[in-house]
Amino acid sequence: MIDPSREIDTVTDLVLQDDKILGIDVTVADPDHVIEAEGKIVSPGLIDMHVSLREPGFEEDEMIATGASAALAGGITSVACMPDTHPVVDNRAAAEFVMLQAARAGFANVFPVGAVTKDCAGEELAEIGQLVEGGVVAFSDATKPVANAETMRRALEYCGMFDRPIFSHPQVPELVKGGVMHEGFVSTELGLRGMPSAAEDIFVGRDIALAEVTGGRVHLQTISSKGSIDQIRRAKQAGIHVTAEVTPHHFTLLDERLRTFHPNYKVNPPLRTQDHVAACINGLQDGTIDAICSDHQPYAPEKKMRELDLVPFGVSGLETLLPICVTSLIEPGHLDWPQLLSKLTLGPAAILGIDKGTLAEGADADVTVIDPTSPWTIDAAQFRSLGRNTPFDRWEVRGRAQAVLVGGRIVHQL
Amino acid sequence: MSTAIPTDTSIKQRWTKRHLLGLEYLSAEEITMILDQAAEFKRLAEQGETKLGVLSGTVVANLFFEPSTRTRTSFGLAAKRLSADTVEFTASGSSLVKGETFIDTARNIEAMGVDQVVVRHSTPGAPHLLAQHLNTSVLNAGDGTHEHPTQALLDIFTIREHRGSLKGLTVALVGDISHSRVARSNIWGLKKLGARVIVCGPATLIPKHVERLGVEVATNLDKVLPELDCINLLRIQFERQRGGLFPSIAEYAHLFGMNGERMKRAKDDVVILAPGPINRGVEITPDVADGKHSVILDQVTNGLLIRMACLYLLHVDKASGETGT
Repeated sequence: MIDPSREIDTVTDLVLQDDKILGIDVTVADPDHVIEAEGKIVSPGLIDMHVSLREPGFEEDEMIATGASAALAGGITSVACMPDTHPVVDNRAAAEFVMLQAARAGFANVFPVGAVTKDCAGEELAEIGQLVEGGVVAFSDATKPVANAETMRRALEYCGMFDRPIFSHPQVPELVKGGVMHEGFVSTELGLRGMPSAAEDIFVGRDIALAEVTGGRVHLQTISSKGSIDQIRRAKQAGIHVTAEVTPHHFTLLDERLRTFHPNYKVNPPLRTQDHVAACINGLQDGTIDAICSDHQPYAPEKKMRELDLVPFGVSGLETLLPICVTSLIEPGHLDWPQLLSKLTLGPAAILGIDKGTLAEGADADVTVIDPTSPWTIDAAQFRSLGRNTPFDRWEVRGRAQAVLVGGRIVHQL
Repeated sequence: MSTAIPTDTSIKQRWTKRHLLGLEYLSAEEITMILDQAAEFKRLAEQGETKLGVLSGTVVANLFFEPSTRTRTSFGLAAKRLSADTVEFTASGSSLVKGETFIDTARNIEAMGVDQVVVRHSTPGAPHLLAQHLNTSVLNAGDGTHEHPTQALLDIFTIREHRGSLKGLTVALVGDISHSRVARSNIWGLKKLGARVIVCGPATLIPKHVERLGVEVATNLDKVLPELDCINLLRIQFERQRGGLFPSIAEYAHLFGMNGERMKRAKDDVVILAPGPINRGVEITPDVADGKHSVILDQVTNGLLIRMACLYLLHVDKASGETGT
C-alpha cells in the first residue's frame, strides 16, 4: 500500500467500511468482501485534474458517462473537467448539469472547472461566486488562455475571495497562431507552422507575475517547455502561489513523431524536443511539477482523420495515463512509485482543494489497485472513451488498474 | 497517333518507388533516374516522338485543392503525351462546403478507376495521408510549405542541362525560404547531388535551424553574389508583407531583387532560375528575366519532361504486376 498523503509505503491490509476508509491496522473478524492484492499496489484513487468530457454540445466526441467510465478503466476515480463545452460552463446551471450527469452515470467522481470569463471569450468575468456555490472547484478558460493581463489580474483577485485557483493554459496567442507543431528543426524540415516554446515561456512569466501581485493561485496547465519549468521553480522558491502539471505525452514523445504527419501527434502545447522532455522529467523529480494529468481531449474519428491543418489538437488520454507514466518514469528510474502516485493523487487533490487522494482514516473509500508489472497492449479500439485518438495505440506497456473502488463500491475490476 | 514505345526501358526496370511524396525520400540514384528518364523523353521529342503510348489505357487524376495553373497544366499535358486519360478535380474548398472530407473525395475519384493521383494541397503531409488511404500511386504536386518535388526536379534538370553536373556548383535559393516548398525540395535534391546550397533572404523569411539541412544562410545577397553558379529566385508572396515579415516590396527588391546592376557582379556564366510565376520588378527585373543568363522558359519546357518521367516511372502495370512498358 502506498499513500503519499501520509508517506506510507508498506505491506498491509486496507480496511474499508461502507463508503469510508476504516484504517490499516484494523482487525475485522468477518469481512464481506476481500480483494486479494498480493504483489499489487494499493493506492488512493488516481485523480486526473485536466480532462475534457465534451458534454454538453459535443457528444459525438465524448459524453460525461463515457469519459467517467474511461477514467475508471484507467484507474482514475476523480476527474476535473474543463468548461469548454457548448454551452460553456460559465454559470451555475451548467455546472450543476455536469454534476447531475456524472451522478446519473455513477462512474468516476466529476469535479467541474468553471469558466473564468463568459463564454471563455476573455472579456467579462463569469459569475464566479455562483459557480463556486454550484460546485465548481477551479476556474479556467480551457485552451483559450486569458490573453488580457488586466482581465487575468482581476480574475485572480476575485477568485481569491473563494480560495479557488485559476488554471491557465499558458500561451501567447499571436505567437502560436496557425501553428501545428513545435517550432524547431523538424518544423522547418516539414514545412509545418511552428509554435515556439517562447510562447509558453512568456505567458508563464506573466502568470507568475500576476500571481505575485495579486496573491492569487495560478495553476499552469500542460507545461511543456524548459523555460517555463525554470521560471516555475524560481517562483516556488520565492513563495509565489503557483503550481504546475505535465502530461505523459509531453514527457514521452518528441516532435520527430510529426514526420509521419499523423494527426494523433498534433497536441497543444506541441510535442517538443529532448531538452524540453528532460526538463519536464527533472521538474517532476524536484517537485517543480505538482501533478501529472492526461489532458484528455477525445475527438470523433471523422474529426481527426483530416489534413493536419484542420484536425483539432489533443489525445484521448484517460486510459493511457497510468501505463505511459510507468513506461516513461518508473521503468527508466526517473521516479519511484510513491513519487509517481503523489503526482497522481496528493498533488492534484491539493490543487483542486478536494478531500480525495488519501487513504487516511475516515476518507472517502476511493481506491485504485494497480498491477505494476504484468505486460499488456494498449488497444484504442477497446477504449471506453469515444475518443480513439491516441498516439500510444499498440504500445506494449506495464501498469494497469486491476480494481477500482469509488466510495467503497467496486466499479472496475479486471 | 501514338507510337509504340521506342524508348529505352532500362531505367524503369530499376525503379521501385510507388509514390513521389518528396525529394527527402529519394536517393541520389533515384533522382538521377528521373533526370535521365526526362532526358530520354527530350531526346525522343527532338526526334519528333512527342506522343508516346506507354500509359495508354491508364487514368491520371489531377486533384488540386489549391489554385495552380502551371503545375496543373504541365501534369495534364505530361499525362496526355504518354497517352493516359486524365481527370481534373478542383476543390478550392468546394468539397469542404459540401461536408465531404479530403480523403473521401480522393477515394471517390479513385473508385472511378484511377491509376495515379497527382495532388496539390495547402496542408503539409496531405499527399502522405492519401498514400496511406489509396491504392494508387500518389504524386505530390506541392503540399503546403513542405515539398514540391517535380518543381525541384525540373530546376535541377535545367541546371544539369546547362552545367553538365550539379557536383561542386554553388546554388543560391533567394527569397521566402520559410514558406517555400520549392526551397525545401531543392535543398534535398541539390544536396543529394553534391551541390553547395546557400539560402538567402530576409531573416524573417528564413526558418529556424535550416542550416541543419546542410545549407548555408546568407541575409546579404551582395556578399555571396560573386560565388554563385546558379541563382533560383523564389517568388515573393505579397501577403507576407502585410503579415509584417518585411517592410515593403520596394525594400525587398532593393535588397534581394536580381537586376542588371547585380548581374554585373555575378559570375559570367551564372544561371538564373525562377519557379514562377515571376513578379517582374520585385525578385527579378525584366532585363534579367529575359536576358541571356535566364533559363526560366527552359524550366517550363523541362517541367513537362520531368512530369512525364515521374508518371512513367511510377506507373505500375497491373496486368503484368510489374512496372512495365
